[in-house]
Amino acid sequence: MIEALPPGLILIVGAFFSLAIPGRARQVFMLALPILGFWQLTQLEHGLYAQIDLFGQTLTLLRVDKLSLIFGYIFFIASALSLIFAMHIRDSVQQVAGLAYAGAAIGAVFAGDLISLFVYWELTAITSVFLIWAVRTDKALRVGMRYLLVQVGSGVLLLTGALILIHETGSNTFGHIGLDSLGGILILISFGTKAAFPLLHNWLQDSYPEATVTGTVFLSAFTTKLAIYALARGYAGTEILVWIGVVMTAFPIFFAVIENDLRRVLTYSLNNQLGFMVVGIGIGTELAINGAAAHAFAHILYKALLFMSMGAVLFRTGTVKGSELGGLYKSMPWTTGLCIIGAASISGFPLFSGFVTKSMILTAASEEGYWFAWAVLLFASAGVFHHSGIKIPFFAFFAHDRGYKVKEAPWNMLVAMGLAAALCIYIGVYPDPLYAILPYPVDYVPYTTGHVISMLQLLAFAALAFAVLQRTGLYPPELRSTVLDSDWVYRRFIPRRIKGFVRCLAEARDELARWGQMGLSALLDRAFH
Amino acid sequence: MSQSDKSGDTPTRWLDRPDSAKKICWALYVLCAALFFADAFYEKHSHYAVEDWFGFYAIFGFVFSIGLVLSAKELRRLVMRKEDYYD
Repeated sequence: MIEALPPGLILIVGAFFSLAIPGRARQVFMLALPILGFWQLTQLEHGLYAQIDLFGQTLTLLRVDKLSLIFGYIFFIASALSLIFAMHIRDSVQQVAGLAYAGAAIGAVFAGDLISLFVYWELTAITSVFLIWAVRTDKALRVGMRYLLVQVGSGVLLLTGALILIHETGSNTFGHIGLDSLGGILILISFGTKAAFPLLHNWLQDSYPEATVTGTVFLSAFTTKLAIYALARGYAGTEILVWIGVVMTAFPIFFAVIENDLRRVLTYSLNNQLGFMVVGIGIGTELAINGAAAHAFAHILYKALLFMSMGAVLFRTGTVKGSELGGLYKSMPWTTGLCIIGAASISGFPLFSGFVTKSMILTAASEEGYWFAWAVLLFASAGVFHHSGIKIPFFAFFAHDRGYKVKEAPWNMLVAMGLAAALCIYIGVYPDPLYAILPYPVDYVPYTTGHVISMLQLLAFAALAFAVLQRTGLYPPELRSTVLDSDWVYRRFIPRRIKGFVRCLAEARDELARWGQMGLSALLDRAFH
Repeated sequence: MSQSDKSGDTPTRWLDRPDSAKKICWALYVLCAALFFADAFYEKHSHYAVEDWFGFYAIFGFVFSIGLVLSAKELRRLVMRKEDYYD
């Protein structure tokens, strides 16, 4: 009986039902939904359920296996944490959109066929854009439109690729796809758009930092990790992903160092972390896929925690710009401490979650002889410590005291951050329960003397570099600025060229009209005299 | 949304004292030295020969971090614009 109900639908249908419930009862009802969904996952056996026939196609709305389950578990946890973080708001648009968005992402993870995947894929776009529009400014409206165009475009590519594949193979099953056909290539571009591959990435940095305080927390968890799940399902062992992932880990950290908006810094860092997972999927061994899935699980928690802490800062001070912040540890000590736990986790300090997950991918890279990829991932590990481990806490909570005297974050935000932080530490200290739900059996020991010492050396000396650069005045100061990225092409270059072309056309039209008025004889006079 | 008040005077904390940053840096130097020389006290099981160099991860972390920040600083010349560039 319980197999008949796809878990994503619990959240989607529940989100709309919740509109009929007033006040506090609605929040309790909404929070109960992910808990119910999580419980349902624990009851399901592996297999295919909720299959329906539609227009000659058999759609599988619920495929349960280890890969879908681990993403399902973390998506339910993330939706519960995001809901707690958003409990103080009275904006039903955000709450309903957030929950329906989480439901769509969970629906996609359990979709067993390409058609259902497409439907949920587009639903994540349509529901999540309201988390940006809920800011209710002209700027947010424009950002949301750009975001929607990219996301829906990704869905169109997925549908086109899926139709080609179904035509070629006669099967709509969403399994390993590969790059042997045009359909496979189109679907990879579709997944790559949502996973923020280099040059397809900039919708991420454009949109997430412009969403509401709570919206960014929802957004950080689902879309990109759904893409990681889809890549792991469809393209495990596709070698080009190793090199795409390598570029993804490296280039965003340069931008993160010079970006002033701290939520945008976190978005660059999100992009960099996705790179680690993409490398793991490209390597494709059991250890590498386990590493990608484990890192996605850990990443959703510490990234949500970091976005929550910056959201709390934005909520209390009205800004999240490094150039305007500093000294907040005095007013917001709990937020400071919890942010530092997130920073330690993403940096991969021993006893924090990143340490036991990221290292699986690095080990897989070196075991398979990808020495260059391994070296870049090591560089990116030091880099992520710079911008997320040091820069975020340092410029927000320490550095120059800007004299803010604000209240600590609301209790619900602290509870959400506290739970996320507790999970980050729990996974770091005791990774076995996480390892037990990974797609393949785990034969990996993270806590060896060599691994602990080498990681501590890397991080301590990266911190030393930061200290030296700060003390000598060489570290670039936080400046009010816009950092150009590939979005410049469609926000400035193409619109200007189009405007120029339209102006030329208008001038040509005016000239032709003038000639018409002058008459033929006058034209002949002009031509021959 | 914002509830900030920038006018108040907060009593001086330990971190605000001028010599505190110096003390933190010294603690970091000592920690780095200890970690660097820790390489002498355990047997390495490396995949690559380069990892067997004494203090490899320390040197790698320091050199590439300096390189990252200084090259990102140069990147500013190319990609940094005024805050209202797109408005």
